[in-house]
Amino acid sequence: MGKQWIALLALTAAACSGGAAGTGTTEDLKGQTVEVVGPWTGDEQKSFEQVLKVFTDKTGAEVRYTPAGDELPTVVQTRISGGTPPNVALIAQPGLVAQFAKAGALKPVNADVEKAVTDHNAAVWKQLGSVDGKLYGFTFKTANKSAFWYSEKAFQQVGATPPATWDDLIKTSRAISETGLAAVSVGGADGWTLTDWFENVYLRTAGPDNYDKLAKHEIPWTDPTVRKALEELAKLWGDPTLIAGGALQTEFPKSVTNVFGEPSTAAMVFEADFVASIITTNTKAKVGEDAKFFPFPSVAGSKDAVVAGGDMAVQFKDDKATTELMKFLASPESGKVWAELGGFLSPNKDIPETAYPDAVTQELAQRIVDAGDNVRFDMSDLAPAAFGGTKGAGEWKDLQDFLADPKNVDGIMARLEANAAKAFGK
Amino acid sequence: MRLRVNVDAAPGRSPRQAIPFLLPALILLAALVLYPLVYSLIRSFFDASGNEFVGPRNYVDTFTDPRTLTAFRNNVIWVVVAPAAVTGIGLVLAVLTERIRWATAFRLVLFMPMAISLFASGIIFRLVYDEAPNQGVVNAVVVGVHDMFSPASQYPGARPRDGYARTDAGFASIRPSRAGDTISLPLIGYSSQDVPPQALPASPPAAGTGELRGVLWLDVSVGGRAGSVDPTERGLPGVAVEAVRDGQVVARTTTGDDGRFTFPDLGAGDVTVRLPAENFTLPFRGLTWLGASLITPVIISSWIWIMTGFAITFIAAGLSAIPRDALEAARVDGATEWQVFRRVTVPLLSPVLLVVFVTLVINVLKIFELVFVIAPGSVQSEANVLALQMWQVSFGTGGDQGAGSALAVILFLLVAPAMLFNIRRFRRERS
Repeated sequence: MGKQWIALLALTAAACSGGAAGTGTTEDLKGQTVEVVGPWTGDEQKSFEQVLKVFTDKTGAEVRYTPAGDELPTVVQTRISGGTPPNVALIAQPGLVAQFAKAGALKPVNADVEKAVTDHNAAVWKQLGSVDGKLYGFTFKTANKSAFWYSEKAFQQVGATPPATWDDLIKTSRAISETGLAAVSVGGADGWTLTDWFENVYLRTAGPDNYDKLAKHEIPWTDPTVRKALEELAKLWGDPTLIAGGALQTEFPKSVTNVFGEPSTAAMVFEADFVASIITTNTKAKVGEDAKFFPFPSVAGSKDAVVAGGDMAVQFKDDKATTELMKFLASPESGKVWAELGGFLSPNKDIPETAYPDAVTQELAQRIVDAGDNVRFDMSDLAPAAFGGTKGAGEWKDLQDFLADPKNVDGIMARLEANAAKAFGK
Repeated sequence: MRLRVNVDAAPGRSPRQAIPFLLPALILLAALVLYPLVYSLIRSFFDASGNEFVGPRNYVDTFTDPRTLTAFRNNVIWVVVAPAAVTGIGLVLAVLTERIRWATAFRLVLFMPMAISLFASGIIFRLVYDEAPNQGVVNAVVVGVHDMFSPASQYPGARPRDGYARTDAGFASIRPSRAGDTISLPLIGYSSQDVPPQALPASPPAAGTGELRGVLWLDVSVGGRAGSVDPTERGLPGVAVEAVRDGQVVARTTTGDDGRFTFPDLGAGDVTVRLPAENFTLPFRGLTWLGASLITPVIISSWIWIMTGFAITFIAAGLSAIPRDALEAARVDGATEWQVFRRVTVPLLSPVLLVVFVTLVINVLKIFELVFVIAPGSVQSEANVLALQMWQVSFGTGGDQGAGSALAVILFLLVAPAMLFNIRRFRRERS
């Protein structure tokens, strides 16, 4: 009897490990726990937990998700200092990833993950996850930060069509302001929205090469290209009839409801794809019908380009379960799960377009994939956090001051350069 | 007598016997208080990574960083204003509530804010001071009162399409006109849905001898031509129009339902047509409470709301300990209530007031959550205080815990005198 049991157990164990080598669908990681720290809370947390559940069902490994919200860098940093880093973290700041990699806190991904990243993404994404020639992570979830969302009703009222150039945008804005509605609502209480404005204009006026240089602070913020971009921005920000009032007290979600809520006070809002989910949860407007988007217009004849953000999956440990999870997150399979739930874009080109739930999301995703190597990552997220990611300091604060006084181009440039020099100098 | 001395003195004077009893407490204190204190001090002399000794550089950086200086200035404002205000309000309310029948209930209500976490209170006040009058209750009241005395204009934000210069008095025509002319005055910047129902389709008037005539209408450029009266466009009734000659208003009229206006007898000579600004003043939207200039007073006010209950409770307790006969004697001697309060109650209460005040000073120096929650990102550097700055430097921006420790030490040095003062007071009271 006893011998039979042992034999049976051995058989089961053999079956398990055999299965893992082949398809990876058996539960050979049972009893192992992987901890993931990510920025997502609320609905996004639920969606991500769905993704993790698929992994658990596949492998048997338990995954514990810790939502850290905006304070993710603090949480991860503290955990590393304390010697108990999570297995996997999803970090929105490539600069922070590089910092962790250089400090030796991160483990490079293994060959299987690297192959998946190379196969499924444009080369620019692999570069983004590499530090000193080693691949440490990949972008799991991305954001298309080059979208203007507009109220169809407000556009119809003036017979406007989505503008293709910056000058058209200003012309359309003037026409809209004639009807007593502000053209654009700017969420200036949050600094990051303003950095996205600047980056989109800069990428178009100065070109991708200068963009890369400025992102690394190889050219100063007093460069003439910066002046040009700020002056273009001032054409819009400097006209009080075009911008909805109280912009510096308007948080990003409020800037969206200003356009799509009742009563609406503006016709357009610029930001990333995730505006759609705010529209859906906070207003009665329907995305795709009442609320549509057009890509950030071309400035001074620039080519099409996309500024993207994203959360990069990195691993602090390299045990089997962690590596399996990284492999899973790099595969199109995981992205497909979230894509179907909505509120998700991926740079992974092997996620079928039809996986995205609606035409708007499909187009947003397609633009990122199509732009290929012309995608540029959000510059402020590439900068040291002291410059590009701190409330009330650095680039955030300087651009808020610029929004308050768009005439002061020289003063802002000097301040940006002083803050950048300090942050990059460390 | 002899026996008691023996029992009291012997165990207390032997340190060897005392140590085992003190040890648990000493270990706890050392681990939880002394070690972090000393470690922070040491850490403050090392760089961000913690490996390199940098001497006093963190302190030099701290005192040359404009953000710290703002935080420092704000802390000074906090310490000067907030504890005194709370103690004062607490004293007045405690004395007043002592006389009423439902004193306990009243004090309970005032104490309630203490039961809410500072974080939650911060979120409440964030909404209370919101700029939009339909969300922030303070601005709703301010706007309501303001509009009672000076009602909103009829066409807020509207403006002439072109040919008019914006002056303080209103929109003045760039070109002069004279009797016999007709003026067309297209307005933009106003929603056609908001035009009053009595408005009639606009049409240019015929020229009349001796009269200056014109039409003022809402010019919708979509589906029509900009600057000319299209069949669907309506006049704007009730807009004041002035004729100005040599800086003096010589005639004033208002537009009719079809937007027409007429100046019958202007006499000879050129006039400038002007649309007074009060036609178009934007609705009063209240104050930007959460803007750069008002943010610190706003946060202080919410802290006062929270802490007043604390002051009342302590002062009321002190009040009940005041000997009644002192008050009675003063009243019998003919003192007015104010004199009793000023000359008897306050002096007798002063030890309690001092304790409350000093406790509040300590509390204020470490203020953090309220500033963090109430100040929008765009003004957080203006509202900054040392504790918040310490947290941001240590954990927020790439985590420089060396500089953060330096700030922590500075903060400790600022709190220490107040703590010492309190400790000495307690000791004196006991002896």
